[in-house]
Amino acid sequence: MSDRAPLGGNSGTDGRSGAVDVRTAEAPPSPIAPVPEVPERQRRRVWKRRRGTGRPNVLAGVLATIWLIVVAVPLYFLVSASFRTRADYLSDNPLAPPPEPTLENYATVLTGDFPTYLLNTLIVTIATIAIVVALTVPAAYAVARNAGRIVQRGFSLMLVGLAIPAQAAIIPVYLMITQLRLYDTLLAIILPTAAFAMPVALLVMTNSLRDIPRELYEAQTLDGAGPFKALRHLVLPLAKPAITTVAVFTSLTAWNGFLFPLVLTQSVDTRVLTLGLWDYQGQFGTNVPALLAAVTLSVIPIFVLYLFGRRYLLSGLTAGAGK
Amino acid sequence: MAVTRQDRPSGWYLAPALTFFGAFAVLPMVLVVYLSFTSWDGFGTPELSGVGNWERLMDDGRAWDSLWLTLVFMVLTWLVQTPIALLIGVWAAGRQRNRAVLSSLFFLPLLLSTAAIALLWAAVLDPNFGVTQRLPFLGDFNFLGNTELVVYTVVWVISWQYVPFHTLLYQAAARQVPQSLYEAATLDGAGRYRQFFTITLPLVKYTIITSTVLMLVGSVTTFDTILILTGGGPGTATRILPLHMYITGFSGYEFGYASAVAVLLLLLGAGLSLAVTQATGFRKMQSQQEGM
Repeated sequence: MSDRAPLGGNSGTDGRSGAVDVRTAEAPPSPIAPVPEVPERQRRRVWKRRRGTGRPNVLAGVLATIWLIVVAVPLYFLVSASFRTRADYLSDNPLAPPPEPTLENYATVLTGDFPTYLLNTLIVTIATIAIVVALTVPAAYAVARNAGRIVQRGFSLMLVGLAIPAQAAIIPVYLMITQLRLYDTLLAIILPTAAFAMPVALLVMTNSLRDIPRELYEAQTLDGAGPFKALRHLVLPLAKPAITTVAVFTSLTAWNGFLFPLVLTQSVDTRVLTLGLWDYQGQFGTNVPALLAAVTLSVIPIFVLYLFGRRYLLSGLTAGAGK
Repeated sequence: MAVTRQDRPSGWYLAPALTFFGAFAVLPMVLVVYLSFTSWDGFGTPELSGVGNWERLMDDGRAWDSLWLTLVFMVLTWLVQTPIALLIGVWAAGRQRNRAVLSSLFFLPLLLSTAAIALLWAAVLDPNFGVTQRLPFLGDFNFLGNTELVVYTVVWVISWQYVPFHTLLYQAAARQVPQSLYEAATLDGAGRYRQFFTITLPLVKYTIITSTVLMLVGSVTTFDTILILTGGGPGTATRILPLHMYITGFSGYEFGYASAVAVLLLLLGAGLSLAVTQATGFRKMQSQQEGM
C-alpha cells in the first residue's frame, strides 16, 4: 500500500492516503461534479470513515472488561489478603478490603528464610546471565561471520535444542550433577539452567549480529583489527540491545526456574525463591496471609523491572517466541 | 584489500557455547535413552536391564492414561487460550489510551513466577478456606477436589498464566498489519467483523503458528503448576506425562523406568514442534516474524 503515490495534502500516514487512492481510482468520474470538488469529497469520505471505525467496539469492550475482572480480582486478593490478620482471613469476606491492615505477615516472612531464598535466586540469576552472555556473544559472532560448515552445523545442533523439553533431560542431569559432586549446590542449578537458556539466546544474538552491515566489519579489518578486536570494538557495542534482551530472557528463566532447583538441591541454604514459596505452603499451613505476603514479595523485583524497563522486559519475555 | 579468512572469527568462538550446551543439554538426551535400558534406584550405578523398561511401559495403563491426559490437556489449553489471546491481542493493538492502560494491567500475571501463580490459585480455590468457597454459586464447586472438574481447573490456571504472554505476541503482530488495509476495507464497506476475518486473521497467521507451537510444547511440559496445585491428584486425575515421570523417578526411585517415560516425553515435545513447523513452513515463520 505504501508504495502508491500519496495524494498531496492528505498525508497523515502513507497508509491512509493509499486507501483514499484506491477508492478514487475505482470511482467513476462524476459527470456533474467539477474536478476541483474531488478533494472535498475525499475529505468527506475520510471523515466518514474515521467516524465509522471510531464507533466503540462493544463486543471487544465487553470481552476486555471481563478479562480485566479475571486478571484483577485474583491479584487484588493476593495483595489485600497479605495485609490481613489470620483471624480476619478466615472470617471476613475475602474480597472486602482488610478491616485492620497489618504488616505482621511481611514481618513473619522477612524474619524467616526469605532473605536467604532471595539471595540464592539472585546469585543463580546473575551467574546464569553471565555464563549465557559470555558464551553466546562470541558464538553468535562466529555464526554470523563464519559460513564454514562446522560452525553452521554447530549452530543447527543448538537450534535443535529449542525443541528439547528440560523435563526429558532431568534424570540424566541429576545423574551427572551427583557424579560431579555438585548436588545441593547453587552451581548445580546454574549449569543446566544456563545450558537450556542458550539456544534462544544464541538465536536472538545471531539475528542481531547478522544485521550489522558487512561494511562495518570490513572497515575494522582495513584498520588492521583481528576478529577479537572487532568483537570488542564493533560487535559488543552494537549488540547491546540484543544482550539486554538475552539478559532479561535469561534472568526470567532463572528467576522462575523450578524443576532444576527441585531436583538438584534439598537444603535450606541452597533453596531458591520458587522452591521457598512452595515450602511455605506446607510450613505456614493455614496461615495463608503469610504465604501470600511471601508471594507478593517475590513479585516485587520483576515488578520494578516492569515499571522502569517495560520495553526490555517485554522484549526478553517474547525472546523465546523467536523460535 | 579483500577480507581474508583470518579476519573472520574462527570456529573456536563457537566452541565454548557448543561444549557447554553439549555437556548439559545434548549429552543428557543421549544419556536418557541409555538410562531407559537400565535399572537404577538413584543411588548406585545404573545397570543395563535390556528392554524391560520399555516392555513395562507398553503394559503400563497409567503411563498411557497420562499420555492421553496430556493430549486432552494440550487441546483444552489451546482451545481456551487462543481465542482469548487473539481477541485481546488485536484489541490491545489499538493505540487508544484506554486500551494502553488496560493492556498494561492485562500483562500483570506475566510478572508472577509459575510457583507464585500456582500458590495464589491454590489459596483462591482451597476447598476449605479458599475465596471461591465463600462466594455464592462458585462455593458449590470443589475445584481442586473433584476428579472431573480438576482438569478444567488446571487448564484455567495455566490459561490465566499464559494468556497475557500470547496476547503480547498477537498485539505485536496486529500492530504490524498496515492500517491502510483496514481503511481500504472500510471504504469498500466491510464491517469490523469481516475485516477481522479477512485482514487481521490471515495477516497474523504466522503468529498463530508460533503461539500454537509454544502452547502445545508448553502444555506437554507443564510441570510446576500441576505439582503445586494438585500434585497430580486427586488420585491420578491430573497426572500428565512429565508429572508421571517425576513421580516414578524421584518419588518411586525407579529412574530407569522413568527414563523410558522421559524418552516418550522427549519424542512428544520435539515431535510436536517439528511437526507443526514442518507442516506450516519453518522458513516462512522465521522470515516473517511479524514484528517479534
